[in-house]
Amino acid sequence: MTSELTPTPDLTPTPGQTVGPFFGTALPYAGGTDLVGPHHPRAIRLHGTVFDGAGAVVPDALLEIWQPDEEGSVTTEPGSLRRDGWTFTGFGRTQVDGVGHYTFTTVDPGATEPGRAPFVAMTVFARGLMNRLFTRCYLPEDTVALAADPLLASLPEDRRATLVARRETDGGLRFDVRLQGDAETVFLAYPRHARH
Amino acid sequence: MGVDADAATSTQDEICAEMAALRAGYERRGSDTEPETQPRLDYPPYRSSLLRHPTKDLHHADPETIELEAPVFGQRDVGALEADLTIQQGGEPLGERMIVTGRVLDGDGRPVRRQLVEIWQANAAGRYIHQRDQHPAPIDPNFTGSGRCLTGEDGSYLFTTIKPGPYPWKNHRNAWRPAHIHFSLFGTDFTQRMVTQMYFPGDPLFALDPIYQSILEPAARDRLVAAYDHGVTRPEWCTGYRWDVVLTGSHATWTEPDDGGVA
Ligand SMILES: [Fe+2]
Repeated sequence: MTSELTPTPDLTPTPGQTVGPFFGTALPYAGGTDLVGPHHPRAIRLHGTVFDGAGAVVPDALLEIWQPDEEGSVTTEPGSLRRDGWTFTGFGRTQVDGVGHYTFTTVDPGATEPGRAPFVAMTVFARGLMNRLFTRCYLPEDTVALAADPLLASLPEDRRATLVARRETDGGLRFDVRLQGDAETVFLAYPRHARH
Repeated sequence: MGVDADAATSTQDEICAEMAALRAGYERRGSDTEPETQPRLDYPPYRSSLLRHPTKDLHHADPETIELEAPVFGQRDVGALEADLTIQQGGEPLGERMIVTGRVLDGDGRPVRRQLVEIWQANAAGRYIHQRDQHPAPIDPNFTGSGRCLTGEDGSYLFTTIKPGPYPWKNHRNAWRPAHIHFSLFGTDFTQRMVTQMYFPGDPLFALDPIYQSILEPAARDRLVAAYDHGVTRPEWCTGYRWDVVLTGSHATWTEPDDGGVA
């Protein structure tokens, strides 16, 4: 009996499981929040709070973001885990703080194609959340592109609003995540995800 | 529900009865419904999920350009020694040394090459180094329980570590998690991102654990259990386990079926 006999694998996706409470010593890393340095001329703060269905803050969530650069180019540069302070890798990861708040330092994502609504892709993990959730954080400015966006157009007005960040006076973006409730964030399933 | 999300008030018997009722409901489903191969987001026996699961259906989205790509990690990101959790500190950790190895495939069976795999786990006594872990079992000063590696050209990963112990948690009275290793995985699409847990064969706690049981299809649940593999075991050194992971399919070369039948 050796491991050389490899049976045809079952290609049903492996089930996900909750990230649990103890990811903090493994997944967050120094520089995880800083897609650009704070002195980048167009650095902005992307921040918000994660809430549960009772409106209480979720203090043990982990968020990841993945975005194109300001020109809308998708980078293939490594270095997200060991940042050199200069290379834009497009990826960020952070644990929320004790009051459920997260902060990334980044730049506005550009449109990946002319006329498309720019957004930051986000995944949400938390103790108590059985599987990761996907969502999008859209920039609020290009109202024509937002109106034409296929995902946003497929949503009723009130649900659409949960995916659009608010621009703050200092240029930052505010994007809260509500796991449950009336203003529940729209979470996404992609075509190749299992139905359940 | 009237159930406090974080108070360990229920007994194991009550949790088991709730899980049995959900299982019975699943088994009565129509023969035309697909098996549930992912955990239920709404699974009340896991009390912390009560206020943290979306109540609306996940909304269908066709992936856009950024979602069809994934972060790239390289040797700059991950040192070769990070895959060996037994050599990270000054001395050797206590417990059963073991290798966990396997392959990461996408939903079309292609190896996921040069991509990041991260793990974290309790030590042999069932204790995490995390400050939130209050289990009165010893911390092992020679074991952080965290590791990383990049998959090879064939999608393979390999960690050397210590077999984790089961540990108590506060979901209900006398709640214990089966021994497990947490895994975090990336694919070539951001849509393939996943976090899961790997278990060990024959654990007597499987039937009692609402996190494991939240996957209602038994065959899907079983796929989280590694196999003991004597071909991985090394003489006079350590035991070996094999566990493969299948991510969801990549959308890069995928086109929507004409009938739109994929949800
Ligand atoms: Fe755990």
